[in-house]
Amino acid sequence: MSKLSEYRYAKTHEWVRIDDGAAVVGISAHAAEQLGDVVFVEMTAVGAHLKQFDRLGVVESVKAVSDLYSPISGVVTDTNGGLLDRPELVNLSPLDEGWMVKLAPDDLAELENLLTSQKYEETFGEGH
Amino acid sequence: MEKLLNELSSPRRAGVSLPELDVPPAEPLPLGFLREELSLPEVSQVDVVRHFVRLSQQNFAVDTVFYPLGSCTMKHNPKVNEEAAKMPGFMQVHPYQPEATVQGALRLIFELQEYLAEITGLDATSVQPAAGAHGELAGMLMVRAYHRSRGEGHRVRVLAPDSAHGTNPSSAAMSGYQVTVIGHDQQGNVDLAQLREAMGPDVAALMLTNPSTLGLFETHVEEICRVVHEGGGLVYGDGANMNALLGWAKPGELGFDVMHLNLHKTFSTPHGGGGPGGGPVCCRDFLAPFLPGPVAALRDGGGDTLKKPPFSIGRMRSFYGNFLVLVRAYAYIRSLGPDGLREVAENAVLNANYLQHRLKEAFDLPYTRHCMHETVLSASRQKEQGVRAWDIAKRLIDYGFYPPTVYFPLIVQEAMMVEPTETESKETLDAFAEAMLAIAREAVEDPDMVRGAPHTTRIGRLDEAAAARKPKLCWG
Repeated sequence: MSKLSEYRYAKTHEWVRIDDGAAVVGISAHAAEQLGDVVFVEMTAVGAHLKQFDRLGVVESVKAVSDLYSPISGVVTDTNGGLLDRPELVNLSPLDEGWMVKLAPDDLAELENLLTSQKYEETFGEGH
Repeated sequence: MEKLLNELSSPRRAGVSLPELDVPPAEPLPLGFLREELSLPEVSQVDVVRHFVRLSQQNFAVDTVFYPLGSCTMKHNPKVNEEAAKMPGFMQVHPYQPEATVQGALRLIFELQEYLAEITGLDATSVQPAAGAHGELAGMLMVRAYHRSRGEGHRVRVLAPDSAHGTNPSSAAMSGYQVTVIGHDQQGNVDLAQLREAMGPDVAALMLTNPSTLGLFETHVEEICRVVHEGGGLVYGDGANMNALLGWAKPGELGFDVMHLNLHKTFSTPHGGGGPGGGPVCCRDFLAPFLPGPVAALRDGGGDTLKKPPFSIGRMRSFYGNFLVLVRAYAYIRSLGPDGLREVAENAVLNANYLQHRLKEAFDLPYTRHCMHETVLSASRQKEQGVRAWDIAKRLIDYGFYPPTVYFPLIVQEAMMVEPTETESKETLDAFAEAMLAIAREAVEDPDMVRGAPHTTRIGRLDEAAAARKPKLCWG
């Protein structure tokens, strides 16, 4: 798993980290915990171009159905097919095996519009 | 475990003995249409009766236990409603009968339309929609038709508070609108600054529930309606929480333009199980031409008739809605009268505040105001012991209560939404409060036991995640 400092977060609880030029996107541990057991993840198809904060997909848990938003602009290059059979990966490993999509990012400067791990933790961590 | 009917089956056993065939047998079906492997259960009548009665006894229902399911108004359904609905003049009419032979039924629809308009402070009603969300959809389609009729089809957005029932943004989206979510302030009201900012010439309507889903009276309601109206938008009212207002406040006077009612909540018609419901839509006179139809109307020269409003959005359902549900709601309104309906709201609010008062020490109360007909508590404190709202709900089953709504509204962590309704005695409310307090103690002393609940039911804790992840949708 990557170092926490490499993650940037949207206020809507998605994370992005840059891995070998690709933007990997998932949801935070906090979001996964709040959602409860995830039972289904629907992701935008490969090839789609998304703008930052566009709707990226839908995550369904035993509690609620929630929209996902892309923390960065880019073209979807891959989706985590493993989540179709094992959506529980989002709960078990939100920051690693539970990743959702990969994008070819348009502009890495957009990362500046996001929260650092530390800032995200301060805002949404325990006690909030 | 209760066996399935197929497991009770025994070859050539039958529920009834048919008499000897005394007419010529019909041509048998061609062989190509016959199936060998079709395993219909062969069971006796008594086994079938016991099977279904046993299943029904395992159910929690409003006729067996206290059912404080917030946002759903699970009040007692007075049995006189059933007597009225069983009257042959209502039960045995056919929608294709000549109008002259169903004048009583039409008069009932007409009077119910008038009563609901009076109760909501609006001008006109259609009883066609068959459920709450169906009524919402009808209302939003009317909003769209109204704006288009005025050449204002550029209004493409609908505003909805973040506390709204999920059906509100859904109904708006189903009507072709984009939804903008408005946040809430410290008191749980709509955030007025956000509303003012979001309001614009492209907004068709705001959808508002009052009392809100936090069970709180939206104290800015008049200002909210003013902001929306000044921007040329309409205000849609979600009437799911009308039980709190009956006879005390009229949404039409608060500023709402169109709303639905849930006959199966506020007006005591049977509820749940996917059975027939009623979601009439009421509106101001300028929206009346767009109502779904037909609606009951007075006929020139006396009597009642059915008319399609001139710019009607069309039918929401076949014929006139769920007619026998309308009969039950009518019976309820007539048997209580205006004073009785006022008392309904009074006692619904009193009961909810009593429970809030009894439970506010043991559980967190995110908004400390007096509540209306329901109170939203939080299990955040219990969660620190590893006991979630979910577990408390399951444990309540052991105490013989249907659990409250949990995890809604979404803006409250570990929400438990308790709506006792007016039909419960103080003894019942106390018994429920005692059970909740006992569970709060158990959450500290024996959290594992609470997490394993329910313990007294025929089937224990179900793995709901596995059921959703790997559903088995077929028997056998």
